[in-house]
Amino acid sequence: MLQNFIGAYSPDNLHYLFGGLGITLLVSIVSIVGSFIIGSILGIIRYVKIKYVSAIIGVIIDVIRNLPLILILFFTYFGLPNLGVKPEIIPAAILAMTIFESTMLAEIVRSGIQAVDPGQMEGARANGLTYWQGLWYIVLPQALNKMIPAIVSQFISLVKDTSLATIILLPEMLYRSQIIYGQNTNYIIPMFVAIAVMYFIVCYLLSVLARYLEKRQA
Amino acid sequence: MIHIFQAYGGTLLYGLGQTLLCSVIALVFSLILGTFFALLEESPNKFGRAVARIYIEVFRNIPLLVITMFFYVVFPLYVIKMNGFTAGTIGLTLYTSAFIAETVRAGIGSVDPGQMEGARANGLSFWQAMRFIILPQAFRYVIPPLGNQFVNLVKNSSTLAFVGGFDLMYQGNVIASNSLQTIAAYASVGVLYLIITLPISYYMRYLEKRLA
Repeated sequence: MLQNFIGAYSPDNLHYLFGGLGITLLVSIVSIVGSFIIGSILGIIRYVKIKYVSAIIGVIIDVIRNLPLILILFFTYFGLPNLGVKPEIIPAAILAMTIFESTMLAEIVRSGIQAVDPGQMEGARANGLTYWQGLWYIVLPQALNKMIPAIVSQFISLVKDTSLATIILLPEMLYRSQIIYGQNTNYIIPMFVAIAVMYFIVCYLLSVLARYLEKRQA
Repeated sequence: MIHIFQAYGGTLLYGLGQTLLCSVIALVFSLILGTFFALLEESPNKFGRAVARIYIEVFRNIPLLVITMFFYVVFPLYVIKMNGFTAGTIGLTLYTSAFIAETVRAGIGSVDPGQMEGARANGLSFWQAMRFIILPQAFRYVIPPLGNQFVNLVKNSSTLAFVGGFDLMYQGNVIASNSLQTIAAYASVGVLYLIITLPISYYMRYLEKRLA
């Protein structure tokens, strides 16, 4: 058994696995940045109640939020080619993650804005700021502060969800571990231990950060 | 999309059935496990608290797919053979139970601590106070987040497609590759998922508003 572990954790295999961790983090970080921008825009539109537009965006957000991420991954990778666009694996994964996470972040942004005392906006308006100035300079900075722990938590589930992209053959950790133990079945347990530990460390550190931020706020 | 339903209606309904079956089984068992670990974490026993903390952190911070693959790949080699549906349902149960434990714990935390002190002062033991005073009050706060967990559970049950669990997502893939109409096939699957998840989401939002 010990020999299996030593064999499985050869420098080459570890290097290969850490490369997978790199892809996991790359996809996660690009997606979270993209979905923070798109999600903020969608969340603000949903909050300010522009006639029709906000309602339509609300429905789109609810629909995407209530679909499995795997379905969206299939859609971007296998469905889009039918429409004449053929994305590569990594862009397809990032696109799917960004679409899905934007809707999650839109909800976080909207509830963050709603959690700001309405008196703040009234005060801003009473002091002569326009609605959008009040939103931008007074309400949003306070809302952002309230949203940060929730965004970090969402980032944790994003990191975990990148493992689903093995189904479109994204070469991240889980996929690479399968390649390694596919060559030698004695390496199955060492590989599962390795990726479980790697995911755990990344996600646990992030959850400690989320909890710290939450405490600092309270 | 209509022709997909006409040609593959039976397959899709079978998949929907498997998805619902797996979700309900996983919900029942993860509610039991989750409540158990939440109580253990709130208990006065130091060792119990540590066990609960470790359980929750481990299953919350490892991807569902890794847990499911563990039961699908590793378990049959050394312990017992199981099909994809069983492996997927076990993985889903363990993963969700950690989130339910956190939800229930937050619910217990939202009950005024004076309730517990009052119960103890009136001679109830810790567990009696939990059972008769705290949990019934916590339950009310916990329902909307639990409903959202159920929505997540239904969505996450699509990991069964990885292990040949014959769920909705799996059938959707089969149909997509048979009919070559990927967009129509995935859209049909999406509609069926939404039929389950959207009403629950909206109802939970309504309950949340009413509670606030």
